Amino acid sequence: MLYSEKVMDHFQNPRNVGKMDDADGIGEVGNAKCGDIMKMYIKVNDGIITDVKFNTFGCGSAIASSSMATEMIKGKPVEEALEITNKAVVEALDGLPAQKIHCSVLAEEAIKAAIEDYYSKHGKE
Amino acid sequence: MKIYADNAATTRMSKTARDAMVKCMDEYYGNPSSLYTIGQLAASKLLEARETVAGCINADPKEIYFTSGGSEADNQAIISAAEFGRKKNKLHIISTAFEHHAVLHTLMKLERAGFEVTYLDVHENGVVTADEVEAAIREDTVLVTIMYANNEIGTIQPVKEIGAVCKKHGVWFHTDAVQAAGHVDIDVVEQNIDMLSISAHKFHGPKGTGALYARTGIPLTNIIEGGAQEKGKRAGTENLPAIVSMAAALKEACDGIVPAAEKVTVLRDRLIRGLKKIPHSKLNGDADKRLPGTVNFCFEGIEGESLLLLLDARGISASSGSACTSGSLDPSHVLLALGLPHEVAHGSLRLSIDESNTEEEMDYIISSVSDVVEYLRDMSPVWEDLSTGKKQFYFE
Repeated sequence: MLYSEKVMDHFQNPRNVGKMDDADGIGEVGNAKCGDIMKMYIKVNDGIITDVKFNTFGCGSAIASSSMATEMIKGKPVEEALEITNKAVVEALDGLPAQKIHCSVLAEEAIKAAIEDYYSKHGKE
Repeated sequence: MKIYADNAATTRMSKTARDAMVKCMDEYYGNPSSLYTIGQLAASKLLEARETVAGCINADPKEIYFTSGGSEADNQAIISAAEFGRKKNKLHIISTAFEHHAVLHTLMKLERAGFEVTYLDVHENGVVTADEVEAAIREDTVLVTIMYANNEIGTIQPVKEIGAVCKKHGVWFHTDAVQAAGHVDIDVVEQNIDMLSISAHKFHGPKGTGALYARTGIPLTNIIEGGAQEKGKRAGTENLPAIVSMAAALKEACDGIVPAAEKVTVLRDRLIRGLKKIPHSKLNGDADKRLPGTVNFCFEGIEGESLLLLLDARGISASSGSACTSGSLDPSHVLLALGLPHEVAHGSLRLSIDESNTEEEMDYIISSVSDVVEYLRDMSPVWEDLSTGKKQFYFE
């Protein structure tokens, strides 16, 4: 198998899929031309990410990376979520094939883009 | 349900092919180059296989060269034409943008070595015309190499007409018939073919074996040196079990070509009708000029690899031309050659069926693909933009 069990699990049973109508921050990264787009929605209360949703157009590892990233930031203070690196996403997924590492980079960028959007709307505390 | 629908990638060996291989390993283990009886028995089996393969495409046995497969045959055909071209100071080759990489990469190598290659447009329907080939022929054209049928979308080219044009202008014509052999009729004489490549594992024969047909009078250049096998044009002790098995598989396929094509075409068209009902989808390539068993669709708003993995989870083996499945950032060069934009080409699915498939299986594929496409669209931001009018749909 190309992917780890963890990747397959997050791909086949993605966590936090969906949209959010009252999101405090929305980040969209990637490019349809290259075959990956991630859109992440966050809800923030008292500096804590209380809810997160994602929509992804992309391959199995792109969907799994998005799913894992949402799990990693849910319930975390915004500042801590900003520290999450693509490497941490890869490790949490028990690895990704070399040609799929960019999917984890997109996941990190999606988190950052959603938080930046939150900051731009609500100001940095 | 387990459905193998990737016969364009490879096929399961037929019992006939398998039995021929095992019998050869057990009984004809000699080296065909040896002088003693056991060797000569092997040599006679090699000749029989050559006669069988030749008979299936209306060639002379002396015109058949066994190779390690379609890629080697393509390489040798093109390199041989290039060598001939160098001697005659003819450094122009005509091909198409959607050839197999065994052809395209060989041509790119020749371009770096001073050849000029014209890549003909394959249009939206994936078919070139003989007129376009003729218009591209120049004084210095040495070779036209155009595939018989495309491996990704299954469109069949007007081989006979292209061959006639080449003959008229004294240009060699090679066709990569890897997807066609054993599935549609081939007659190298009537179709004016000078060189033709086939690969055994595409017609229920073994992997790692193929053949190059080269018309008498075509001087071949060998790319593997070291022995007098294959009239000195391809060194190495012949893979006799695989060659004998290929011959058996090809004969079996060609003997049953008409009923198989009829049956598979009915299944294929059922599949096409069902998949067309998925909104914003399109059949890639001409609907009629197509191999009996190959179907290729694009679905807007989704990516092919995730589609494949979810179909696999439902027991369906298929393939895609998305970047993630091609191992590069670009989707399939074949789909791009049809003029499809990148984002649409990423959402492609190829299903290639054979005569062992059933109507029930086609219906299962249709409902599975419909479900999976809907599921993936539900989580796709691209689909969201399309369905809310932020972006324009490409297909109706």
